[in-house]
Amino acid sequence: MRKLALNDEILLKVDKAARYIGGEVNSVIKDKEKVDIRFCMAFPDIYEIGMSNLGMMILYDMFNKREDVWCERLFSPWTDLDQIMREEKIPLFALESQEPVKDFDFLGITLGYEMCYTNVLQILDLSRIPLRAEQRGEEFPIVIGGGACAYNPEPLAPFFDLFYIGEGETSYDALFDAYKANKAAGGSREDFLLKAAQIPGIYVPAFYDVSYKEDGTIASFGPNRAGVPEKVEKQLVVDMEQGYDCLEAPVVPFIKATQDRVTLEIQRGCIRGCRFCQAGMIYRPTRERNVETLKKAARVMLERTGHEEISLSSLSSSDYSELKELVNFLIEEFGPKAVNISLPSLRIDSFALDVMSKVQDVKKSSLTFAPEAGSQRLRDVINKGLTEEDILHGAGQAFEGGWNRVKLYFMLGLPTETEEDMKGIAHLAEKIAERYYEIPKEQRNGKVQISVSTSFFVPKPFTPFQWAPMFREEDFIEKAKVVKEEIRAQLNQKSLRYHWHEPDVTVLEGFLARGDRRCSAVILKAYEKGALYDAWSENFRYDLWKEAFAETGTDMEFYTLRERNTDEILPWDFIDAGVTKKFLIREWQRALAEEVTPNCRRQCSGCGANRYNGGVCVEGQN
Amino acid sequence: MKVRIKFSKTGHMKFVGHLDTMRYFQKALRRSGLPVAFSGGYSPHMIMSFAAPLGVGTTSLGEYFDMELTETVPTDEIERRLNEAMTEGVSVRSARKVEDGKASTAMALVAAADYLVRFRSGKEPVSSWQEKIAGFIGQEQIIVTKKTKRSEKTVDIRPYIYQMDAREGGIFLKLAAASSNYTKPELVMDTFFKWMGEEPLPCAYMMERREVYADTGTEEAPCFVPLEALGEKVE
Repeated sequence: MRKLALNDEILLKVDKAARYIGGEVNSVIKDKEKVDIRFCMAFPDIYEIGMSNLGMMILYDMFNKREDVWCERLFSPWTDLDQIMREEKIPLFALESQEPVKDFDFLGITLGYEMCYTNVLQILDLSRIPLRAEQRGEEFPIVIGGGACAYNPEPLAPFFDLFYIGEGETSYDALFDAYKANKAAGGSREDFLLKAAQIPGIYVPAFYDVSYKEDGTIASFGPNRAGVPEKVEKQLVVDMEQGYDCLEAPVVPFIKATQDRVTLEIQRGCIRGCRFCQAGMIYRPTRERNVETLKKAARVMLERTGHEEISLSSLSSSDYSELKELVNFLIEEFGPKAVNISLPSLRIDSFALDVMSKVQDVKKSSLTFAPEAGSQRLRDVINKGLTEEDILHGAGQAFEGGWNRVKLYFMLGLPTETEEDMKGIAHLAEKIAERYYEIPKEQRNGKVQISVSTSFFVPKPFTPFQWAPMFREEDFIEKAKVVKEEIRAQLNQKSLRYHWHEPDVTVLEGFLARGDRRCSAVILKAYEKGALYDAWSENFRYDLWKEAFAETGTDMEFYTLRERNTDEILPWDFIDAGVTKKFLIREWQRALAEEVTPNCRRQCSGCGANRYNGGVCVEGQN
Repeated sequence: MKVRIKFSKTGHMKFVGHLDTMRYFQKALRRSGLPVAFSGGYSPHMIMSFAAPLGVGTTSLGEYFDMELTETVPTDEIERRLNEAMTEGVSVRSARKVEDGKASTAMALVAAADYLVRFRSGKEPVSSWQEKIAGFIGQEQIIVTKKTKRSEKTVDIRPYIYQMDAREGGIFLKLAAASSNYTKPELVMDTFFKWMGEEPLPCAYMMERREVYADTGTEEAPCFVPLEALGEKVE
């Protein structure tokens, strides 16, 4: 039996001890003497969230397929255990071997969202790894960052030895081989980092220098030694049949994970080109997986996990060209075996409604629309190709089919937004309610319930809105009030419910999303003051962050409120994310001119991703 | 076919709570490919009934649940296929075909359970506890005060302690475990400590459930039989 890192007394004291014991079905145990590389894959949030992350599970599977690598998992200890580990000086450990992280060769940390940054420091700190890369000696693991937030790694740059930009399937083998070769040749940590910096997709922040102008913007950014590339190219799997790691046996948690199901990734990327959406830009070109491969994968994963639910994963499932074939297969094949089928991100149309009525109880389920903006004008600005007519038509069909609950998602604070756009949210909700009451009373399924949610827009790197200004918290609250009052003024206001997100986390997310290297001081200071689990509203301490800004002399509004010029050097400009800056500028201008750009299948918009020669860019050409 | 499964839950699995253990078996049953019966509706669930919840931190050699199969499968095969789907710390000890009917579900049958309680090192009683058990159990009444959210009430737990003796370096307990009359091993142990004039230290006990029984006797003359003995093997 494996010896656990924590004793019974601690495990019986903390909440959900099963988070920390490992040993789940499909977790991988290897003989540490027989591997060359020990990799600790960390997700800087609790177990239940991290275990729902598909990217991490794919890499875990892929790394462990190599005989010379043993990849283990690590999640943030919750605050109760955090305190105990500090008091009793217990070093942070990986789940499988239960051994200290600091003895590993690599510590890889998934950066899924900005609000996990203080948890990144917690992992390093509890592992007893110096927080700053420059302070790490030969004995410490190489600390790698990856995931969506690695597309602007700068606010975290001092804490990482290297970042992996893009999809993990392509360059890790080269990285591991370089590590082994360097070790065999007796090379140093720096020797390895220099080799790593030459592998496509790898960014070693220490090898790049930044200088700033008097106005605070970047004056120059570039490599500080020979052999290090000017631009770091994002990595992607061009051929989803060849280079894709086909996951067969994901780990099955003992405790209920947020996503307690098989996740079937049907495609990467999105053809839509919504201008606020980072995923829709950085994962270009859209690449579909073969439907036959997916059928096999679904069967194998269900058999090997025993999960009672399967969910499709993609940015926009309705755009998957074999969706009908796949969904019908899943329903026919697994429906009789009592497997639930969950279909997120479906555009509401007659096919979707037909499928939904087969897989869920109409009376209990709701329809989801994400118009994102309240008026057609603003939807054109953000290039969200969903019209009022689409929504009313889809909702009408659904109402006639027995549905009576609708969820609507919007953003406030989008570029060019006016009061009319905000009020448009209420008007759209009202029209949907009115559409419901057009149905004769005896055919209705009770009252209609429309829930309207707004979040505040955060401009993200590598989107056409990367230059856009954000707002202050009080402005955001004002915007929410406009919506609230307009909703109250509607005829069917009793059927409308409004909910908005807190703006303080949003502005901080905005600061971190477009921050530069200097922002790392604020993160470090906030962490030292006790900020942790900032993504959890019950733990979020805005007061600590405000103190951190004051004490580091950082002006948050320089990062959030300022509209950037398109000729400014942005902190993430050294990354080649596939879409060209020229394209992003063009899209930014088209947005301001309220011009819509067609989706990738209708017409190529020349974003630059066609140079990869894959996915939607070459569809129908073979 | 209604089947009663007996399993052990040892090692690190003691940190997996009752509800998660149920989820674990639901997934394990699917992995095993056994023809498990489901309820109808939009979110079908397995027809399963667990005998007695086991607290986090307690290991067990005799846990039970009943389930329904849509066809007859030899009990040896059920054991084998389920064991192939297990992870370290859980193992299926027997599968037995049992009678249908609500009154005979594992949960409704539970009447008593055996426990072995050992002391964590450094947390043993100071007194020579082995010798004091007879005196403790020889009392006519053992009155304890149970605190609930609203009130305190006193209960005599003596009738619920069927057996208590020193064994395997610890204390063996056979306790009532029916839904209407039962007591818990921690409560008995804490009361024993206090009776000896000692305060139990936190986390002092290492508890293992050994077996769960049904009562096939009468009120005057109970006859405890392990739940698995009520079923039969099927070839």
